[in-house]
Amino acid sequence: MSVTPSENPASAALAANTFRGEGGRKLRRLLGNWQGLTGVVLVMMFLASAIFAPLLAPYDPNALDIPARLSGPTWQHIAGTDQLGRDTFSRVLHGGRVALYVATIGISVSMVFGLLFGMLAGYGPRWLDNTLLLLFDVIRSFPTIIIGLAAVALLGPSLNLILAIVIVTTIPAYARLVRTSTMALRNTEFIIAERSLGVTLSGILWRHILPNVIGPMFILAAMDVPVVVTVEAGLSFLGLGVLPPTASWGSILNEGYLLIRQTPWPIVAGGIPLVLTTLGFTFLGEALRDVFDPRLAKGH
Amino acid sequence: MFHYLLKRIGLSVVIVLCALLALFLLLHLIPGDPATIALGPRATPEAIARYAAKMHLDEPILLQFQIYLFNALSGDLGVDVFSERSVTRIVLEALPSTLILAAVGLLWAALIGVPLGCISAVRPNSWFDRLTGVISVATIAIPSFLVSIWSLLVFAVILKWLPVIGAGEPGDLADQAYHLVLPAFAVGLSWVGYLARMVRASMLEVMNETYIRAAHAFGLEPRTVVFRYALKVAILPTITLIGIGFGGLLSSALFAEIIFTRPGVGKLIYDMVMNRNFPVVQGAVLITTGVYVLINLGADLVVAWLDPRVRDSL
Repeated sequence: MSVTPSENPASAALAANTFRGEGGRKLRRLLGNWQGLTGVVLVMMFLASAIFAPLLAPYDPNALDIPARLSGPTWQHIAGTDQLGRDTFSRVLHGGRVALYVATIGISVSMVFGLLFGMLAGYGPRWLDNTLLLLFDVIRSFPTIIIGLAAVALLGPSLNLILAIVIVTTIPAYARLVRTSTMALRNTEFIIAERSLGVTLSGILWRHILPNVIGPMFILAAMDVPVVVTVEAGLSFLGLGVLPPTASWGSILNEGYLLIRQTPWPIVAGGIPLVLTTLGFTFLGEALRDVFDPRLAKGH
Repeated sequence: MFHYLLKRIGLSVVIVLCALLALFLLLHLIPGDPATIALGPRATPEAIARYAAKMHLDEPILLQFQIYLFNALSGDLGVDVFSERSVTRIVLEALPSTLILAAVGLLWAALIGVPLGCISAVRPNSWFDRLTGVISVATIAIPSFLVSIWSLLVFAVILKWLPVIGAGEPGDLADQAYHLVLPAFAVGLSWVGYLARMVRASMLEVMNETYIRAAHAFGLEPRTVVFRYALKVAILPTITLIGIGFGGLLSSALFAEIIFTRPGVGKLIYDMVMNRNFPVVQGAVLITTGVYVLINLGADLVVAWLDPRVRDSL
């Protein structure tokens, strides 16, 4: 992660060195601020609960316990059970895995494509830049969920479709970020000097452009997680995402919504992890931005 | 500036064309007979044959796209083969209810968010500013569909203060307003945060301008300076933001309509997705995209018209 301002890349080496010394101070600043600390704690909780869900869950998320169906919180079922007697707490823990899966795969794929398209637009010919920019604008201007629904109408619900929707709609933000940094760097003296020394284009992109954009990209990624998790939960809530009996926070909310007059517990239990996760990543993203890259604050 | 407007209008046209192309390709790239896929398993052979004839499915694909494009641009989005009604009419009947929901949601959010942003900007880093910051982040981070579900649970099911479902008796304005309270609350909540933050940021910039300091120096009341002079300029980026964010507003409205069982475009799209009735979904998505693009463009034109610096350069 580099903190070099793109306006002044000549100091890249200097900044890279000072960064090492400053690392501890930055980390202290991140954790010393209550927003950053809350963000880190909530994100850790989300990651740990999703990764270790099979170990933490007291029951199989799909195991039926018909006599105990629709119970509120009890000692056996701390978050109650649903209409089939499945343990809501276990389902919530496993639902976190779906959210983590969509967020990880979706965001990493779109970061890679964003990097690719952004470098193409930033380093390529003018016409390619204009075409890609137009494409980014078009995608950004679409009401995502509504176009996604049209796809679901034809293809039927699936997790892969959610992933595809997430990837297509998040690429433009990364690509624009990479494009801006690439353009700022491509005409600087040290890059021109490298090129005149015969360094290949891929060498320049890999060694000089990439380190400059990777930090801001991760900050953007942290801020994207809430969006991605919300899209997955929202579509699963509509019954257009994960297929039953898979537990997702959205599908738990959907089952709870249908039972809203009988019991409030599934809605409460399915919603709380969603809120904590979106809040956690928002806090973390903003704290990271404030500490590492205040320039990002303007565009978003 | 004229160049800029031309570019904006051009972009809007491109977006609508891309939506048309995407929906067309979606149907034709899936392996199988497009008419059977579009109408789902419920369709009778006659309905499928009628749809195939209407879409000219026996013609070459480019000609099909041409026919589809011209029909769509002239307002003919086809006929719902199940009810025999015009898709354009079905969607336009559902549209006002959605627009009212979105507008009321935005309005209450603006009435709270804009003053919050102004006061925060006047006293940066005060306890009020910090509290507003926390409220903003929280309202932005909570998914709107969850706000819908939870407010339905608390205010309608448990407390029974407000109605659970529907849009109220037709013609009875008080009843309709009563039914609008919860959905509009859910749709607008995240905008309180967006607006407060945006207004605060642009207000902080404007408050440093010389003409604001001059107004202060003339001894005008601080309240007059903030609300009559500074806000006029500081609100402009916010209007642009509303234009861009309107797509999100439509998505929230879609969830609110489904959760509160209100008639509207969102509910229509959802019901038709569930019934596998693609022609209606396609029409509704296209009209929604069109509305979105128009509002986006409208926001930019309003900004151009309100900002004297931009207006004079036209």
